[in-house]
Amino acid sequence: MNIHHHLDEATLLRYASGDLDSAFTMVVAAHLAMCDSCRQAARDAEEIGGHMMDRVAQAPVSSNAFEKMMARIDAGQDEQIEVDVSRHKKADSDVPLPLRNLIGDHLDDVRWRLVAPGVRKHEIKMGKKGESSLYMLNISPGMAMPEHGHGGAEMTLILSGAYRDKLGVFGPGDVADLDEHIEHQPVVEPGEACICLVATETPTRFKDFIVRLMQPFVRI
Amino acid sequence: MRSALNLAQNDEEVDRVDDPAVLKQAMVRVAQAQDREAFQLLFSYFAPRVKAVLLKAGSQESQAEDLMQDVMMTVWRKAKLYAPERGSVNAWVFTVARNARIDLLRRASSRPYDDVYEIELESDVASGEDNMFETERAERVSEALAELPEDQRQIIELGFIEDMSQSEIAKKLDLPLGTVKSRMRLAYGKMKSKLEAVR
Repeated sequence: MNIHHHLDEATLLRYASGDLDSAFTMVVAAHLAMCDSCRQAARDAEEIGGHMMDRVAQAPVSSNAFEKMMARIDAGQDEQIEVDVSRHKKADSDVPLPLRNLIGDHLDDVRWRLVAPGVRKHEIKMGKKGESSLYMLNISPGMAMPEHGHGGAEMTLILSGAYRDKLGVFGPGDVADLDEHIEHQPVVEPGEACICLVATETPTRFKDFIVRLMQPFVRI
Repeated sequence: MRSALNLAQNDEEVDRVDDPAVLKQAMVRVAQAQDREAFQLLFSYFAPRVKAVLLKAGSQESQAEDLMQDVMMTVWRKAKLYAPERGSVNAWVFTVARNARIDLLRRASSRPYDDVYEIELESDVASGEDNMFETERAERVSEALAELPEDQRQIIELGFIEDMSQSEIAKKLDLPLGTVKSRMRLAYGKMKSKLEAVR
C-alpha cells in the first residue's frame, strides 16, 4: 500500500505506552494494520518500554510467588495459546483487522445516517462516557467535509477514496494525525466517495457550547 | 543456556541473566517444551520488574503482586506468540504488562493491540537475518535512551513506567502540553537516527 501520511511520533509513543483512549487506539491500530513502516516504528517504541522496564528499580515479590504460579499452572490454567493468524488473511475483507470487531468485514455493510447533503455518518459506540468519540464518515465525490471545529485533537484514517486539503492528498491508509491547532477543510476527490474513520477528543463543556453556537446547521 | 539456568537458581546472581539472547532462548523453550526451568529463569528476571512497573503506575502492593502473577501467567500462556525475530523479550513482556494494565486498570480493551500484533506475526519480514537485525535494533534503542538528556528521559519514564498521560506529565512538570510532545518527538527522533544508521 502506498501510504504518504503517517502517525505523529508523539502519537506512536503514546500508543506504545498505553496512553491513548479507546477511540484513538482504534484509529492508530487500524492505521498500523495498513502501514508496515508505522508498525515497525511502533515496535521500536515498544522497545523503549522494554528498555525502561529493564532498568527500573526492582520490587521484591512474595517469597512463594513462583510456587504460586506453578500451582496455577498445575491447576490447569496453563493452556498455552496457539498462534492463529488466519483471521487477518481473509481475502474478501476491505476493513482493517482491529476495526472488524466493531463494524464487520465489509465497508458495504456499514449503516449510514445522512447528516448533511452528501455526508453520511456512522457512530461507533465504545469506551467510557466522556472519552473521545469514534465514528465513520462517507462523503460524496467533490464535497467539502463540513467545517467541524471540535476544540481538541483529531485523527482521521482514510479507508477508501481520497480527499485533498492544504496538507496534500489523503488516500487509503493515509492518516491525518492533527492537534487542535490545525484547521483544515478537506474536499473529496472526484470519482468515488471517501470513507474514513475519525476519532475526536471530546470537547470540554465550555468548548462544546461554543461549537454549538458556531455550527447551528451542520453538527457532525 | 544450561549455565544461565543454573544461575537463575542462585538469587544473588539472577541479575547477570540480562543477556537478551539468554532470555530469548528461555522464551523459546517455554513455548516449545513448556520448560519450567526456563520459565523460572524468566520469572526471576521479570517478576520483580513487572511488579515495580505496576507499583510505579499506581497499584497498591497486593494488587501489584496479583497483577504481576496475571502478567507472568500470560507470558507463559502466550509464549508461542512471542516472535524472537520481532524484538526483545523485554519489550514483549512490557507489552503484556501494558495490555494487562489497559484491561484491568483502565477498563478499556487491549484487543486492538492484539490484532496489530497478530498482523505483525503474519507479515513476511521474519527470517534468520532479521533476527540479527532486530537484536541490533533493540541495542540501538538502548544506546539512544542512555544518551538522552535528562528532561527527555524523564518524560519517557513518566509515560512508559509511571503510566502518566501527556497531559498529566505536563501538569506534573508544569510544562505546556506542546513542550511535552516536542520532547517526546525529540527523544523518538534520536532513537530513529540511531536506527537509521543500522539500515
